[in-house]
Amino acid sequence: MNRVAEQRDTRAHADVRSFVEFRHARPTRLRAKGCRALFGLAAGALALGGCAGELSILEPAGPAAERVATLWWIMLGGALVILTGVMGTALYALRPDRGTRQFSERRVLIGWGLMFPFATLLALMAAAFWRGEQLLARAETEDTIGAHSQQWLWSFAYPDGSRTQNVLHVVAGEEFTLALTSGDVIHSFWVPRLGGKMDAIPGKVNRMRLEADAPGTYRGICAEYCGIGHAHMEFEIRAHAPADYQAALAADSVPGDSEPVLEQRSAPAARIIENWADYLLEWLGVQ
Amino acid sequence: MSEAAHNEALDLHHELEPLYSPPRTRFGFLAATNHSIVGIRFMVTAIAFFLIGGVLAMLMRAQLAGPDTQFLDPGQYAQVFTMHGTVMMFLFAIPMIEGFALYMLPKLLGSRDLAFPRLSAFGYWCYLFGGLILLTALLLGVAPDSGWFMYTPLASKPFSPGINSDIWLVGITVVEISAVCAAIEFMVTVLKVRTGGMALGKMPLLAWYLWVTSAMMLVGFPPLILGSIMLEVERAFGLPFFDPGGGGDPLLWQHLFWLFGHPEVYIIFLPAAGVVSTLLPVFAGRPLVGYAWIVAALIAQAFLSFGLWVHHMFTTGIPHLSLAFFSAASLLVVVPTAVQVFAWLATLLKGRPRLELPMLWLYGFFFIFVSGGLTGVMVAVVPFDWQVHDTHFIVAHLHYVLVGGFVFPVLAGLYYWMPQFIGRRGDQGLGRLAFWLIFVGFNLTFMIMHLTGLLGMPRRVYTYAEGLGWEIPNLVSSIGGFVMTIGFALVVIDILVQWRFAAISPRNPWKAGTLEWAMPTPAPAYNFASQPHVTAREPMADEGDLPAKLATGGGYLPGHRGGQRDTLGVDGVTGEPEQVILLPGPTYLPLVTAATITGAALCFLFGIYWGAALLALGVLCCGLRWLWDTGLRHEPEPIDAGLGKLLLPHPAVAQSPGWWGMIFTLVFDATFFASLLFGYLFLWTIAPNWPPPAYIEPAPVIAALTALALGLSAFAAYRAVAANTRSDAGGTRLWLIVTGLASFAATAGLIAIPVFLAPSPTEHAYGAAVLMLAAYGALHSGLTAVGAGFVSLRLARGFLSPRRSLDLRNLALFGTYAGASGAAILAAVHLMPLVGSL
Repeated sequence: MNRVAEQRDTRAHADVRSFVEFRHARPTRLRAKGCRALFGLAAGALALGGCAGELSILEPAGPAAERVATLWWIMLGGALVILTGVMGTALYALRPDRGTRQFSERRVLIGWGLMFPFATLLALMAAAFWRGEQLLARAETEDTIGAHSQQWLWSFAYPDGSRTQNVLHVVAGEEFTLALTSGDVIHSFWVPRLGGKMDAIPGKVNRMRLEADAPGTYRGICAEYCGIGHAHMEFEIRAHAPADYQAALAADSVPGDSEPVLEQRSAPAARIIENWADYLLEWLGVQ
Repeated sequence: MSEAAHNEALDLHHELEPLYSPPRTRFGFLAATNHSIVGIRFMVTAIAFFLIGGVLAMLMRAQLAGPDTQFLDPGQYAQVFTMHGTVMMFLFAIPMIEGFALYMLPKLLGSRDLAFPRLSAFGYWCYLFGGLILLTALLLGVAPDSGWFMYTPLASKPFSPGINSDIWLVGITVVEISAVCAAIEFMVTVLKVRTGGMALGKMPLLAWYLWVTSAMMLVGFPPLILGSIMLEVERAFGLPFFDPGGGGDPLLWQHLFWLFGHPEVYIIFLPAAGVVSTLLPVFAGRPLVGYAWIVAALIAQAFLSFGLWVHHMFTTGIPHLSLAFFSAASLLVVVPTAVQVFAWLATLLKGRPRLELPMLWLYGFFFIFVSGGLTGVMVAVVPFDWQVHDTHFIVAHLHYVLVGGFVFPVLAGLYYWMPQFIGRRGDQGLGRLAFWLIFVGFNLTFMIMHLTGLLGMPRRVYTYAEGLGWEIPNLVSSIGGFVMTIGFALVVIDILVQWRFAAISPRNPWKAGTLEWAMPTPAPAYNFASQPHVTAREPMADEGDLPAKLATGGGYLPGHRGGQRDTLGVDGVTGEPEQVILLPGPTYLPLVTAATITGAALCFLFGIYWGAALLALGVLCCGLRWLWDTGLRHEPEPIDAGLGKLLLPHPAVAQSPGWWGMIFTLVFDATFFASLLFGYLFLWTIAPNWPPPAYIEPAPVIAALTALALGLSAFAAYRAVAANTRSDAGGTRLWLIVTGLASFAATAGLIAIPVFLAPSPTEHAYGAAVLMLAAYGALHSGLTAVGAGFVSLRLARGFLSPRRSLDLRNLALFGTYAGASGAAILAAVHLMPLVGSL
């Protein structure tokens, strides 16, 4: 509490949100429609929300996220089949008039208890390993962009020496590698529509590869709890057509470091919980 | 039962009940050591903490019900989510299991109490006091606030300067003492304190489950306790174990935490699965399919669960090959779970299941737990985990696993064993309503939360903006959460109503086969007026008149022998009666010891280090006083144990509970030490900012002399055992003195390491780790020296004879362990720099 107050007093009142220019470019994609239909089948309530959203992993906008989204739909289908099978069997067992009490216990345990999960999981593991191999960043490449995190700000350092804050400029359709570092606690870099997250850990450099299919703005958030400013540690990736990239980067570039920023909200209930004893006494008329 | 038999049973009951109950004085209840009383205290306290944790959950759901809510500020929200996780995991789930096992194990095994009744009471007080530390902090608004897994550096001093993190580290460590005590106690109890004839293969499955769980607790908790000590020492004295600037590594904390944290999930799940395996056959009307399969499956599960902690760390930049390994292990652990699920399904199919209230909870368990298991398979897949890690998808998954896999079976068990606890069984209407509210409310809350996570909502955000599609799912979750809360409130009301008004339950109301139903309800303090001879897995199904036979003294150890509390001890494998275990009576010593430990912890918490040191000495004195009461000062005669058995009391038997207690204590200790060595090597090989500015001064002479002293100490302890076997009291005393002096010298040699040889522990993690290792070794050598003095005193007071040799054998065992671990420490401290400088 106090730390936030101090920072609010001593530091500039910059708002994280002011960096973020909301764009609602949502290309209607076949996948988004398909996902609505499937979810509708799976559970009626889930369909209410739909799958689209600026931070939705079900509306992928890059190859890595695309692969994971496909994986999700396959796994969801498989899981529903298994769940239905198990619950169907359990409920069927309740019917008093049913037959089939004569079967080999051994065969059930070997077939369903051992072989069925082994086969399913082996297939899943092979697919996952192959996918993971495709997504990982390997050696340091020339065009690695430094992504440095601190409470509660992301700063990006480009190979050409430019620096930006809370906005990362990239070229659409080109893969880029990030080198994630942290100046204080652990943060996690996550742009759901482009791909998975990776932690920024003090004392360590973690690398990840991402790519945006088309020009546009993709929102990102810190995914690892990093203190009271965590909920507002947002950033975005702007993907540009190759021709526009340099100009956009130059326009947004900032010199050196700048102070961390944190959006503050007043919280009326806060005081009640802090001073509950006083409130109780007051209510009882003692004070 | 004839009238004569009835009167005989009543006479026995009136003799035994006061003997096994706490004294009827005003504060007598504080001295209770009886396992049923302590077990119920554990469970009631755990339920109270569950309700507190539930209120915290409701605060969060109120906050997240809509976007931009201004109900809690981020600092308070952080305390609330941290305490919700902490309370549910450490103050509800684990203590609930401990309490349940404390209460149920002796009844299942046909015995009168656990192996170490005073230890159960001690564990309870530690749990209560540790829990109260956390609860007080919550009420004062200084509760822990870095998340229930306390990731460094956020939980370290620079980023959490308040007392909040210290509260967690100290409070939880006090609570964990109870878990470790319980684990040791259950290990020994299941191994030795069963009734006659109960071979391993005839044990009820629930006992197997609880046994495997205890083994997991024994080796699962040490990494957490070590990590907590290291972090607290870093916060208090600046030893930089987790500070990358000083050669530490924040990831070491994550490894230590999840080395505990993942097995923890199975520690919570296995007892609940044991409840399922116990209830399901009763309501299916046939024995469970695949007894041996299930035993094998749960042992496999226990082993595998220690190989998958890294799946909580897939996004920390771990090399891809290790990711693949841990992903494979995470998927592999599904197989033993599948074996159990299909054994349950096959039992249902073979039987004629009745959907009574406990069974309804089991069906709820099936749906929720299987769903949680399936999402668990998904997050074991690394690329998918990279997307959903730390989102609400994970929150949903873990609640499906823990609520489905633990809370539902616990509620099934609660309704099933209600006649045991309160002697009554009532109408099921209110219970059914509560079930449906909780089941529907739970799925309403958490099923849609998967979608919330897929839509990108990270966990632990105290608020969110509009327009991301998170509003409706969050509102649905909040509504569901309140429906579920109403359901839990109804369960509490239902229990209270049944306790006051329900009809008296008949014996064995569900027609179960296990021994806990072979006693009157509610269960008497002594459990069995005489202990059964078991010939089948379901003795109650086997022998219809068993309860009457036991109540009239027709089994082992009928009644009591001169006011001495006792229970049968058996051969671990065959269940052949082997000894009569003499049980201690009620005592205030557990309470005093636990209070002293809590005092030491509080002193440490507030920086009064001399007070903490003084009280730590007080704990040692309590421990010695405690041990003084064990054993016998005269040569015992064999006791007529009934059914034609003449058995010696346990102090005169080689394989007594105390011997096994020492072995399992050392298993715990060795795991702790292995975690410490792991930390040392991890820092050495992986942490940034190595090598340190300076290594230890080469001191081959001191190292060699210390090693010699360690060896001599262990050797002399064994010579003392041999001399005692020859009835050579003089020789025993002499060798004990040598043991004491040699351990004292070894202690000095180990203390010399940080004091004279190693670089400053605050400058670099190297010096800090060396200090930690040396302190561990010095503590063990020092305890060996104290132990040698203590046993000499016991020798002089007539506690020892060739047959009554437990003190000496345990000292030799501990001395050997101290020697071996000390030698490993010397090698790690003195030889590693040589390797490192190559």
